[in-house]
Amino acid sequence: MTKIIVLLKDIVDLNEIKIDPSTRQPRTEGLKRRISDVDKRALEAAIRLKEKNDGEIAALSMGSDKTRTAMLEALAIGADSLYIVNDSGLAGVDALVTSKVLKAAVEKIGGYDLILCGEMTLDSLSAQVGPRLAELLGLPQVTYVKQMDLEDGKLRAVRDLEDVDEVVEVELPAVVSVVREINEARIPSLMSIMRAKKKPTEEWDASALGLSAEEMRAGSSIEVVKLEAPLVERKRIVIEAETVEEAAAKLADAIISEGVMEA
Amino acid sequence: MTGKTVVAYSEDRELGLQILSKGREISDKLGAKLNALVLGEKIIDPKEYITHGADRVLIVEDPALGSFAVETYRGVVLDALKDVDLEVLLIGATKRGKELAARVAAALDTGCMTECIEIDVDEEGRLLGERLTYGGSVISSQVSTRKPHIATIPPRTFKKAEPSPREGEISVLDVDIQDRRMKVVESREKARGDAGLAEAPIVVSAGRGFKDEADLKLLEELAETLGAKVGCSRPIAADLGWMEEWIGISGYKISPKLYIACGISGTIQHAAGIRDAQIIVSVNNQEGANIHEISDYSIVGDIYTVIPALTKALKERMK
Ligand SMILES: Cc1cc2nc3c(=O)[nH]c(=O)nc-3n(C[C@H](O)[C@H](O)[C@H](O)COP(=O)(O)OP(=O)(O)OC[C@H]3O[C@@H](n4cnc5c(N)ncnc54)[C@H](O)[C@@H]3O)c2cc1C
Repeated sequence: MTKIIVLLKDIVDLNEIKIDPSTRQPRTEGLKRRISDVDKRALEAAIRLKEKNDGEIAALSMGSDKTRTAMLEALAIGADSLYIVNDSGLAGVDALVTSKVLKAAVEKIGGYDLILCGEMTLDSLSAQVGPRLAELLGLPQVTYVKQMDLEDGKLRAVRDLEDVDEVVEVELPAVVSVVREINEARIPSLMSIMRAKKKPTEEWDASALGLSAEEMRAGSSIEVVKLEAPLVERKRIVIEAETVEEAAAKLADAIISEGVMEA
Repeated sequence: MTGKTVVAYSEDRELGLQILSKGREISDKLGAKLNALVLGEKIIDPKEYITHGADRVLIVEDPALGSFAVETYRGVVLDALKDVDLEVLLIGATKRGKELAARVAAALDTGCMTECIEIDVDEEGRLLGERLTYGGSVISSQVSTRKPHIATIPPRTFKKAEPSPREGEISVLDVDIQDRRMKVVESREKARGDAGLAEAPIVVSAGRGFKDEADLKLLEELAETLGAKVGCSRPIAADLGWMEEWIGISGYKISPKLYIACGISGTIQHAAGIRDAQIIVSVNNQEGANIHEISDYSIVGDIYTVIPALTKALKERMK
């Protein structure tokens, strides 16, 4: 039986973020949080492996008080259990600290064959946690996976690189990160959402992992100094006309009058 | 121990040279020496790194480095840099470069700023970086508070320097090559045409609104009329394979005078790639599509009728 730990992060719906017009800062307070898209596909990939090979899936997330609600979806889609690291003392730490905390959590869960995660989370785009965790655990990493299978305790995967598709093989345990193209995550049914609420969930703070939140925090290395959405003014003119030909003619005139076609 | 050192590395030679030009600036501010780290089976023309700004080229040559494997490469990088007073390590943000940087940063117990579009150092010698977050909609200005400072730099972010007749040192290092556990069974070459998107003054672009690959000829006719290059959203390339390169946060970030988005919804990830376009035009049949919000001109309509009509209208006017 294969035991898979899937790393998931809850993030705000990026399309819902409003930009404060005076400060250009993103406003994320009060927005609903959901599992980051690529992470959800990592979970879907785990479920497909389980369906073929039998196994057990533990979802692991480092988050906040809001994480439990967001992660219900993971249990509804097919995770068997959920572990949340929730410690306000760890809010805002960098990828360096996040991966140390996740290492401790992964070791506490224990007995895993495979650790799956998304290539990056859609909010931070930092693409570090998978490789960092592999380094801290001394495991091989298989990144950017768009296809995978288990055969005799070995993972066979196709990695999506810029210039090649690389077919690779690795003995487990290993850390695997997936890309968006690996699958489409399933949508949970109402029944499965009901059942999800009954699945085992554990919540840990730093001390439950044998860590000091204060020390961890002090070890953080990257600080965000400023967040600012670049201001791009667009004309937002919607061309209205009776017929397609007329609309196209107006658009052609507009394009030409912008002078963007001169060499 | 050497004196203060900035090291630049990319397995992509061109990107490596681009990083060197920025690395030179940073090194001068820090009073540090700039080293180019070059790994491979056989290194040709190492002097090129010197003429592009490096004070020293650190070379590791080994048959095992003929193809990139992160486990092997991480060990080599760590070993090659162990006697270096490392201030800053800049790595090219290819997919391989990003996984290498994260792994090396973890081994050195330090931070890493992914895909910086700008870097600098402050008075205290700390590395400052600007990078995109929130799907690409927000610029995050960050500071790396501890050395060694590590950042990855995407392709085409900085221009490589004009080569100049500089003097420098070339050191061939002897390092331990560790075994890798991930075995490469096969490497399937991808079709990779440089579509010329990066420099094109006009780009027309296809999204999932196109039902069939053959329908792209509508867009090609428009492109021909405008002298434009043809691009697309990520699913058109990555899911459907109709084209090779896409536009957006994970693809090409472009700054044409004119961008025409056809059947593209305008997600944050796509929008991040066209922010610097002078004029954005969109054709999308859905009134509420986000692409209309980020366009200068849009038509709420069917690409299958609007594009041919637009091509015709432009042709008439350009005679
Ligand atoms: C980590 C990550 C990175 C990503 N990076 C990128 C990136 O760099 N670039 C990128 O593009 N995407 C990227 N994506 C994907 C992105 O989230 C969207 O999935 C993608 O941009 C959607 O492409 P689309 O607009 O072509 O398709 P859709 O969102 O499906 O939109 C199709 C649009 O076509 C319209 N349409 C349908 N039929 C017609 C018709 N007949 N006439 C007119 N309009 C029609 C619809 O109204 C719809 O708005 C990334 C995703 C992830 C997870």
